[in-house]
Amino acid sequence: MSSTPILEMKGISKSFGANRALKDVSITVRSGEIHALMGENGAGKSTLMKILSGAYQADPGGTILIDGRPVSIDGPLAARALGVSVIYQELTLAPNLTVGENIFLGTEPRRGGLIDRRAMAAASDALLQRLGVGFSATTVVGTLSMAERQMVEIARALNAQSRILVMDEPTTSLSTRETERLFALIRRLRDEGLAIIYISHRMGEIYELADFVSVLRDGTAVGTIDRAELSAETLVRMMVGRDLASFYKKAHSAGRGGVIFSVRGMRDGRRVHDCGLDLHEGEVLGIAGLVGAGRTEFARLIYGADRSLAGEATLDGKPLTIRTPGDAIAAGIVYLTEDRKRLGLFLDMSVRENINLGVIGLDAMRGGRLNFPAAARRAADAITALGIRVVADMINVGALSGGNQQKVLLARLLETKPRVLILDEPTRGVDIGAKSEIYRLIDSLARAKVGVIVISSDLPEVVGICDRVLVMREGRIAGEVGGDGRPIAQEDIIAIATGANQQNAA
Amino acid sequence: MSDESKAARRRLAIGTAIQVAGMLPILLLLGVLFQMLSGYVESGGIAGAWAEGRFMSWQNLSIVMQQASINTVLAAGMTVVILTGGIDLSVGSILAASAMVAVIASKLQGLGLLGIPAALVTGAVFGLLNGSLIAFMKLPPFIVTLGSLTAVRGIARLIGNDTTVFNPSLPFAFIGNGTVLGLPWLVVIAIAVIIITWFILRRTVLGVHIYATGGNPDASRLSGIKVWAVILFVYALSGLYAGLGGVMSAARLYAANGLQLGQSYELDAIAAVILGGTSFVGGIGSIWGTLIGALIIAVLGNGLILVGVSDIWQYIIKGLVIIGAVALDRYRIQGSART
Repeated sequence: MSSTPILEMKGISKSFGANRALKDVSITVRSGEIHALMGENGAGKSTLMKILSGAYQADPGGTILIDGRPVSIDGPLAARALGVSVIYQELTLAPNLTVGENIFLGTEPRRGGLIDRRAMAAASDALLQRLGVGFSATTVVGTLSMAERQMVEIARALNAQSRILVMDEPTTSLSTRETERLFALIRRLRDEGLAIIYISHRMGEIYELADFVSVLRDGTAVGTIDRAELSAETLVRMMVGRDLASFYKKAHSAGRGGVIFSVRGMRDGRRVHDCGLDLHEGEVLGIAGLVGAGRTEFARLIYGADRSLAGEATLDGKPLTIRTPGDAIAAGIVYLTEDRKRLGLFLDMSVRENINLGVIGLDAMRGGRLNFPAAARRAADAITALGIRVVADMINVGALSGGNQQKVLLARLLETKPRVLILDEPTRGVDIGAKSEIYRLIDSLARAKVGVIVISSDLPEVVGICDRVLVMREGRIAGEVGGDGRPIAQEDIIAIATGANQQNAA
Repeated sequence: MSDESKAARRRLAIGTAIQVAGMLPILLLLGVLFQMLSGYVESGGIAGAWAEGRFMSWQNLSIVMQQASINTVLAAGMTVVILTGGIDLSVGSILAASAMVAVIASKLQGLGLLGIPAALVTGAVFGLLNGSLIAFMKLPPFIVTLGSLTAVRGIARLIGNDTTVFNPSLPFAFIGNGTVLGLPWLVVIAIAVIIITWFILRRTVLGVHIYATGGNPDASRLSGIKVWAVILFVYALSGLYAGLGGVMSAARLYAANGLQLGQSYELDAIAAVILGGTSFVGGIGSIWGTLIGALIIAVLGNGLILVGVSDIWQYIIKGLVIIGAVALDRYRIQGSART
């Protein structure tokens, strides 16, 4: 290819404090191609795109070339002037304004100092027609569906004469049919000569759309492959940096001990209906299912975080009454929330306080006085044991990376010496290194005869670390995979989670 | 320990010191300013202004501390409440009701000292009522205590049939007017309250739970903290301190009046907490900041009178200083975060 690439980013680095989010990343994009950008959470995809869109400034040293000419993008307006538009996951439309007003937001056509509504409507309708959508410039954005709002964003980008369109996980909230229509449009825009940078986690979409795929890992560019080289193995190896088998860890003995914890007939009358489980000593039990299947709700009922209408639990054969999280912790059952920032951590408190918070009541001195030496020792031990990377344990947890925050939260739970550990999405928003350390931790807990329940939407993770998997669908335990000694297969889990197995049987 | 982590620890320690010191420079600046101004008013010249100034005299500083004492006690309770993300607007009214109870109980023959515990219990009970409504009925603290601000004021008037109650031979008048080792009792009580509050906040499990509840109530509940008990405690403590404030007021005046006593004291207490740098959303703040905040308010009141500023202008200047000081603080914190 001899033509000058429309976009070249060369040697881009970006540091946040001591944390280097991007290290010397280069990427080349040409007109008329769909260039997918892949990588785990925290790999640096969004940072790179924020530099392109002017939201962040790259560290000195890198260059950005557009049409072969070096440019400096010092803000969103500069990016827009250079023809770069970004469509974020969270759309940036004003829902109270009309479609036309949103398309022209900030660049309203004027006539004699007044807004020229007629010109605006005409130009907007022309754009909307080009996109082939069923609403008009005067529709209020608040009444549109997510897919339609995305079209408005695209129209806005086209109106700004954008030639580089970045789309960040655009299909997250779209139905299958809407996704197909969006893909058709993306291909048409490519054929019209736009360069499209497409960020997604979904392999299927990448296969369908991408002409080229660039992979980022831990802030560095691993490489770019073209359509012909595309395969699941290649992508995973590039993203993870090693083969799948050594990434997950399942070294604890598969032969299980007796049942330590069981739940029967748990329901809340809304999202969870008659759920139960048996957890064996030293077992890692997965709970899989689609988003909204009631997995988190079920776990919260077990833990006493929400009130259950019915249901009983036994630990070591003895009945348990759990009304509050305090009861559960006292019984040796702890729960790691899926939303660590909102429901787990105290971001303004230090690492030491966060680690000790669950147990400070236990080793307090007379009169509820804090035992500082014990707390310092405990924090130091946990930091070493879990490999939490902090310069000092008096640093606020809010300043740590996702992986280290998750380890701090895990450390707090482990300090209560639980018999049963319920982990809700334990590796969400965690970098790849911390992920594998968390897998190792789960494995060693199972070896120490703790019963571990792992709720996860990440199927390779479920398959990789669990001994047995319960699958939930619409608030019920719909089936079990792996309990009969056969290996756990992703396909079986998906079949149960989506109800496909029932359709086949019928 | 590596050099790097030592350096990080030192930076943290310095950062914490700056945060605690907070408004201290402003307090000192105001002190110097009033010393100069009062000297200037006295001598009519700049040359001898410092020497002639009356603000920094031991006698005047003692008066300032006495003037700050009741507000310090109320603000200590307010700090604890605001640390949980709440607010207590009813402290002025509770102070009035408790003072009424204190004076009336002090008239019991031979048992006059019972006025003190009676007032403390009165305050704590009103605080517990606030706390119960907030913890168990999940009502917003602002609304609950706005209601009790009005209702308890009414009760305070009811207690004395809407009259002023006197006791010229108040058995605990020494609290309001006596000294111990040269320090006025009022000041001793305020210092004791600050130290007790500091101890609760920084040296007990309960204190950690107070910060945790304010920092992240949902996470607190999931961590097994009894959030309801924390809420109950902080409002009861605020009420108790307001009751103590009632004793202090009554002891100073030998009297109490349900209508006038403690009017808008809650605003001064809140102002002291704000000046002290405590976050209004909860979870961040210190009792030492509040002490400095209360002193700034007292210094302003005393200094402006000393310099001869009219009552009307005192209000305007006080308000502006509060806003200005907090603005300066925000600016300073942002500045230090950038480096």
